[in-house]
Amino acid sequence: MNTPVVVTGLGVVSPNGLGAADYWAATLVGKSGLSRITRFDPSQYPARLAGEIHGFAAEEHLPSRLLPQTDRMTRLALVAADWALADAGVSTAERPAFEMGVITASASGGFEFGQNELRKLWSRGGQYVSAYQSFAWFYAVNSGQISIRHGLKGPSGVVVSDQAGGLDAVAQARRQIRKGTPLIVSGGVDASLCPWGWVAQTAGGRLSTSDEPSRAYLPFDSAARGHVPGEGGAILIMEDLAAARARGARVYGEVAGYGATFDPRPGSGRAPGLRKAIELALADADTGPAAVDLVFADAAALPELDRSEAAALCAVFGARGVPVTAPKTMTGRLYSGAAPLDLATAFLAMREGIIPPTVNVEAAAEHRLDLVTRQTRDAELRTVLVLARGHGGFNSAMVLRSARDTDPPVANERKTHVR
Amino acid sequence: MTARRVAITGIDVLAPGGTGVEAFWSLLSEGRTATRAITFFDPAPFRSRVAAEIDFDPEAHGLSPQEVRRMDRAAQFAVVAARGAVADSGVDLAAHDPHRIGVAIGSAVGATMGLDAEYRVVSDGGRLDLVDHRYAVPHLYDYLVPSSFAAEVAWAVGAEGPCTVVSTGCTSGIDSVGYAVDLIREGSADVMVAGSSDAPISPITMACFDAIKATTPRHDRPERASRPFDGTRNGFVLGEGAAFFVLEEFEHARRRGARIHAEIAGYATRSNAYHMTGLRPDGAEMAEAIRVALDEARMAPTAIDYVNAHGSGTKQNDRHETAAFKRSLGDHAYRTPVSSIKSMVGHSLGAIGSIEIAASVLAMAHNVVPPTANLHTPDPECDLDYVPIVARERRTDAVLTVGSGFGGFQSAMVLARPERGAV
Repeated sequence: MNTPVVVTGLGVVSPNGLGAADYWAATLVGKSGLSRITRFDPSQYPARLAGEIHGFAAEEHLPSRLLPQTDRMTRLALVAADWALADAGVSTAERPAFEMGVITASASGGFEFGQNELRKLWSRGGQYVSAYQSFAWFYAVNSGQISIRHGLKGPSGVVVSDQAGGLDAVAQARRQIRKGTPLIVSGGVDASLCPWGWVAQTAGGRLSTSDEPSRAYLPFDSAARGHVPGEGGAILIMEDLAAARARGARVYGEVAGYGATFDPRPGSGRAPGLRKAIELALADADTGPAAVDLVFADAAALPELDRSEAAALCAVFGARGVPVTAPKTMTGRLYSGAAPLDLATAFLAMREGIIPPTVNVEAAAEHRLDLVTRQTRDAELRTVLVLARGHGGFNSAMVLRSARDTDPPVANERKTHVR
Repeated sequence: MTARRVAITGIDVLAPGGTGVEAFWSLLSEGRTATRAITFFDPAPFRSRVAAEIDFDPEAHGLSPQEVRRMDRAAQFAVVAARGAVADSGVDLAAHDPHRIGVAIGSAVGATMGLDAEYRVVSDGGRLDLVDHRYAVPHLYDYLVPSSFAAEVAWAVGAEGPCTVVSTGCTSGIDSVGYAVDLIREGSADVMVAGSSDAPISPITMACFDAIKATTPRHDRPERASRPFDGTRNGFVLGEGAAFFVLEEFEHARRRGARIHAEIAGYATRSNAYHMTGLRPDGAEMAEAIRVALDEARMAPTAIDYVNAHGSGTKQNDRHETAAFKRSLGDHAYRTPVSSIKSMVGHSLGAIGSIEIAASVLAMAHNVVPPTANLHTPDPECDLDYVPIVARERRTDAVLTVGSGFGGFQSAMVLARPERGAV
């Protein structure tokens, strides 16, 4: 029943690299994708930096008929899914359609598409609204379009839990694999870098107002003053281990444990839920804190939220008890795409035995974290914990195991190059 | 280890024509319709000008002025219906480990009304491309990302377990409940407050469905506008609403002596991988979802006493779904009453699946099958028993309810009277 579920393919679309290979190379050298917004003139807004993806030409990857009916985030997701399937060596046309599904996370839907149609509605009239609006902007669009493009008819779905949703989607994919569907395309890609999306992201005051890319997003630093948002994410191919082995697939590693909690209502005086989510994920993976070699932090970069994340880590692992990193300092926070990208990064880190850095950050002593800053650190990584939190109080935690530690262990000789 | 089963122990419904379970059931069992000319805004510029609106006073339902200001209408519906379901269940959630209580909410279009209205403000009526943040409400981020609905409900009921929004278009209302069922079965939660909510009746929604002629252009007699399976139907009628449930692990419910409304015996979702809005006429993927849901429920097709159809009132849907029933239920499809409550309460997108689960449970409770209103001229291509106009008394121990939506999602759920033999 609890068959191991593994990841066999990665598709990455990130502000600091398109494709897993480019992204990983950029991440190892600490190359940041944060810069002043170019998509529109941000001068008038309180926040002006973002992690934009540059050099992505959808028409090079997708048929022209898909372009008028898709938002940018859907184009990115479709390309990431193509890359992930190719990386996994899966030919969907040769497999039974009901035995493949797609479960993604979303945060804001196709917001830029929505802005354009809202503008037409209110400035010109309802008859000018696109025939594609009804499905181009809604939260289910990426799962729907990926399923159509690759003929995936199995269990599918979409979850929305802000930035925690990326882990919740992968957990739901694992659940469906355990119920009998051998392959699920999962992960998340988000993008809402248009003026309307920017104003909505700015509301609430959690964005950094700095104009200096290297000083703007500083989680766990005493200078932490909010985050920089970005666009992108990752798509993962998830398979039943036995099925993956039977076809001789290269395995990145196992999704071994998951836990999710929600914070108590504000003012209740009860402890926040991240610690409990970590404990649930470790128990689900049938392991304990001592086995964890690395933590990918949520890294909100607001003093209060950094403190609560650091407190949860210290409670579970002890002060400076485990290396912690946040490579999202190079990409910005990618909403539903953030955690899937962290999962992809974690699998690459385990394969290479390298911890990518939390760039630009000077860890504040009060947090008592062993934060890997400035440069990479070599380490044998067999068990990795990935954390993600969503606005309002969503906490999700996921435990990954390296390919050689999956049970039963898988040979990992086929070290093909990732795209 | 015996498999964990899932009981519905609490229900509340906010539907057009009546809020609360009793008003909802009297509307359905009397075959009345709640569709009317749109009052929320001037519908004159639109092709489709009817909708099933709720006369909703949030403060009368216990929301504070601060909550009303902060929440989109769909979030308000969700909080009210979730609280109502908890009250109906009689469960004292404060006496439970909050980490064992979760929330799963379906919504297809999130805070559409809030976003439409706020866009109009910050863009100065669509004039500004660089919209003006100085006019944005502080909670605009909660409209951007509709997981805010799950946060509001979690706070309202005191849940600290797994919480999320499930957003699969028009099957969201089945899929959110199915998601919650999976969490209880696997042991991640003992109690889930699950349901769905949508409040899409807004100019942008009317315009986008006008653009693909999905909604009915008929507005001479609004109360007759929603006509699933009728040969003269020509599109759906937009609705709004919410339905919420308290789901409990069976033994958990029994131990506290809870009244069990129904068991959720089976659920499945499949995709047609065909078209974002189009359907293949053979209904193969919906049939597969039904087959898997029956299999999970360990029921033969002949065990189904009533089929609560998606029945949106588009020609494409009605024929697709009729084919799916024949394909999955065989000859039993011809012997089983099939009806669409969308004829009475309209199509509330992500909410309707949960509202239809509520209708299915009530059909079992009353042994009455709700009718398909406005079905006067049968479509010869749709040749099943659609229970036209008048509700029908019928012993109903098991119900199949289905949904079909944009993105190609096809979902099916089997509900059963709880006293059927323990598995």
